[in-house]
Amino acid sequence: MLGKLTWAAIPFDQPIVMIASGTVGAVIFALLALVTVKGWWPYLWREWITSVDHKRIGVMYMILALVMLVRGFSDAMMMRSQLALAAGGAAGYLPPEHYNQIFSAHGTIMIFFVAMPFVAALMNFAVPLQLGVRDVAFPVLNSLSFWLTAAGVLLVNLSLFVGEFARTGWLAYPPLSEIAYSPGVGVDYYLWSLQISGIGTLLSGINLTTTILKLRAPGMGYSRMPVFCWTALAANLLIVAAFPVLTATFAMLLLDRYCDFHFFTTNLGGNPMMYINLIWLWGHPEVYILVLPAFGVFSEVVATFSGKPLFGYRSMVLATMVICVLSFMVWLHHFFTMGAGADVNGFFGVMTMIIAVPTGVKIFNWLFTLYGGRIRFTVPIYWALGFMVTFVIGGMTGVLLAIPPADFVLHNSLFLIAHFHNTIIGGVVFGVMAGYNYWFPKAFGFTLNERLGKAVFWCWFVGFYAAFMPLYALGLMGATRRMQHYSDVHWQPYMLVALGGACLILLGIVLTVVQLVVSIRARHVNRVGADPWNARTLEWSIPSPPPAWNFARLPVVEGTDAFWAMKQGVGVPAQRAEPEPLAALHVPRGNPTGVMTAFFAVITGFALIWHIWWMVAFGLLGVLAVALKQAWRTDTEIAVPVEEIAAYERRHVRHGASV
Amino acid sequence: MNAVNQALTRTEEIPLSFRGPAPTRSVAGFGFWLFLLSDIVIFGALFAAYAVLSGETAGGPTGAELFDKRHVFIETACLLASSVTCGFALLSAQRTEKLATYFWLAATFALGALFLALETSEFSTMLAAGAGPSRSAFLSSFFALVGTHGLHVSMGLAWLVLMALQIATLGFQPMVSRRLFCFALFWHALDIVWVGVFTIVYLGAH
Repeated sequence: MLGKLTWAAIPFDQPIVMIASGTVGAVIFALLALVTVKGWWPYLWREWITSVDHKRIGVMYMILALVMLVRGFSDAMMMRSQLALAAGGAAGYLPPEHYNQIFSAHGTIMIFFVAMPFVAALMNFAVPLQLGVRDVAFPVLNSLSFWLTAAGVLLVNLSLFVGEFARTGWLAYPPLSEIAYSPGVGVDYYLWSLQISGIGTLLSGINLTTTILKLRAPGMGYSRMPVFCWTALAANLLIVAAFPVLTATFAMLLLDRYCDFHFFTTNLGGNPMMYINLIWLWGHPEVYILVLPAFGVFSEVVATFSGKPLFGYRSMVLATMVICVLSFMVWLHHFFTMGAGADVNGFFGVMTMIIAVPTGVKIFNWLFTLYGGRIRFTVPIYWALGFMVTFVIGGMTGVLLAIPPADFVLHNSLFLIAHFHNTIIGGVVFGVMAGYNYWFPKAFGFTLNERLGKAVFWCWFVGFYAAFMPLYALGLMGATRRMQHYSDVHWQPYMLVALGGACLILLGIVLTVVQLVVSIRARHVNRVGADPWNARTLEWSIPSPPPAWNFARLPVVEGTDAFWAMKQGVGVPAQRAEPEPLAALHVPRGNPTGVMTAFFAVITGFALIWHIWWMVAFGLLGVLAVALKQAWRTDTEIAVPVEEIAAYERRHVRHGASV
Repeated sequence: MNAVNQALTRTEEIPLSFRGPAPTRSVAGFGFWLFLLSDIVIFGALFAAYAVLSGETAGGPTGAELFDKRHVFIETACLLASSVTCGFALLSAQRTEKLATYFWLAATFALGALFLALETSEFSTMLAAGAGPSRSAFLSSFFALVGTHGLHVSMGLAWLVLMALQIATLGFQPMVSRRLFCFALFWHALDIVWVGVFTIVYLGAH
């Protein structure tokens, strides 16, 4: 009846897990109770859960990512504290089988459910506004993408309490992840949650690529698109090209586990190294999917707060697209030790060094933008400057690892761990934090607290160096990744410094929450108009927060930095001289298809993990029913009458901006 | 859409990329093209796996021993013919001729179903002979690749029925004709993938 699911799946004997799950459960219950008592459900359902507005979906991605950051970071704290204790004769407090789940969950969550939603949040929110259009190409699909990501999140978190998570590392290499060596449900939780959220990501990639290539304001040719849109285009092209490989690879591993296939097994001709090739064929583009939009944020932030157009717009676009192509030609550097031979390793080593060149071009472009600029030291520019220093170090250790002989020594050591945290924290996290502080006033109409924002920056910045510089040293001394205990007590001081760094980052995360709460409470004081930063791109030409339809009149673009040109009095002469009469608009109607599909996807995924076949059928039928309902839905749009737009315009126009 | 935009679209000299948002039909078609490309990348990964594993028979039967090329030729003929009938269905739909559209959709369905029946019989013969996907890595990759294509054809058939129902209930409104256009793209893409399967798997069997 319930497949493999029994009471034994709930880890009553593990106090850490029980306390953690109990706390999470209590918090969720309290939140649900609060929403019910206050009668907020109708509002939440109507305005958020079923919303197909790209701005709201962006905000929901952000909230999801922040919540999961706390989850992923608590895993990090557990690992750091375990390693600070478990030297020499001491065993630490985490048993190996639990520790293995923690590092696997940490990597999986941080990449798929923190970094990806963070980046998706910024792209969803800002791209259509920067393009000067009213929504993404497929609004309902956008909602579906978000909710499928949330479905994956739910399944991963369920594994904490019901059953177990993978003990295989964040990419679940076979043969360890095969049924023979991982017979439990951990790997199945991993695979199904990532399959479901991966479909969401792929659909989101298709959606945003179509939006950028097909929906832009009149006059916005490719040569006039904001750089953030270019980087988003590159990232989404990579999603369309790379995520199907991940889906196919996981499908093969699932067939091995569920149907006794032999893709990656050690017997009957299976080839485990093929998995590692395939997964990195997705995995390397994935790091650029994350970091390219961050580069885009820095481009906007640096130009805005230097009060100058971005230096070398064309070289920036070219560098972005070159990275987009080259990112598919370096995957083998993740496993030089496979033994592919000197020629193959040499090729991938050289390609890896070459891909650092366009990235270097970008760094110089940002530097030259800052040079001679009238720089305003706001929170976003703090993150941008911190990024430039930190990312260059991470990039250089990357080039070091690109040399195959050096990699043979450093492969899977803590040096590698330090390197990729250096680029992902220094690049992606810093970029997301810059974008969060930069676009927050656009999303909500008030700014985030500056003092606390800077405190958050310093905690992360100093905390990062304290936490990861010791790991470079430990890696050179021979410390490997994924170790739960070490016998050489001389490593312990380094581990203690790393723990201190992690604690500083923890303080940074706590202060992020404090910053949000303080800013919300002071929102009446912090209220700003359309253009609080004296910025350059179109999203700042409309009220904060923007109306559902974004632009009552589509802007006409005459060059790069369209809004800046408008503020200088260049461009839109036609609109200036004779304002276009307002016309009635259509905005997409809220739609429960996304959330309902995700609901049944969770049921299907859970049933597949536990082999509850009737429930699989039920879940799939549910998905089918929702799809059929959607296929016959014809009332997909709401007309906004001219009077409503005109009334809105009267209330908001000329508020801060001059257009 | 404002007058400036309309003026822009009217002017021939304005490059396409400067003319503002594209019409819904071309947006939907483009999005679906991207989806098809991503789907073809999935097949690309499966083809790659097949290329790596096709020699790994683990002492079991090889492709040359298992495949009946005449059988596969008929399968191929069915699928290619169904692409032609699908094209006719789309043309009839563009002329809003309901009866002709139903006829060509039915023909497409019949040919697709025949293809699936032939594929199923091939699979069951192989399974009966002990040459199932568990036998060797070669057979795992064969069943995964050809089976994924077969699964796509099945989904295509279900979609086809859905489109016939949509035409019956909603008529040829823009939403329905957009979907029919996407269905046709999907069906043709399956043909392209099958050409790869036929060439690499069946003709390339050794």
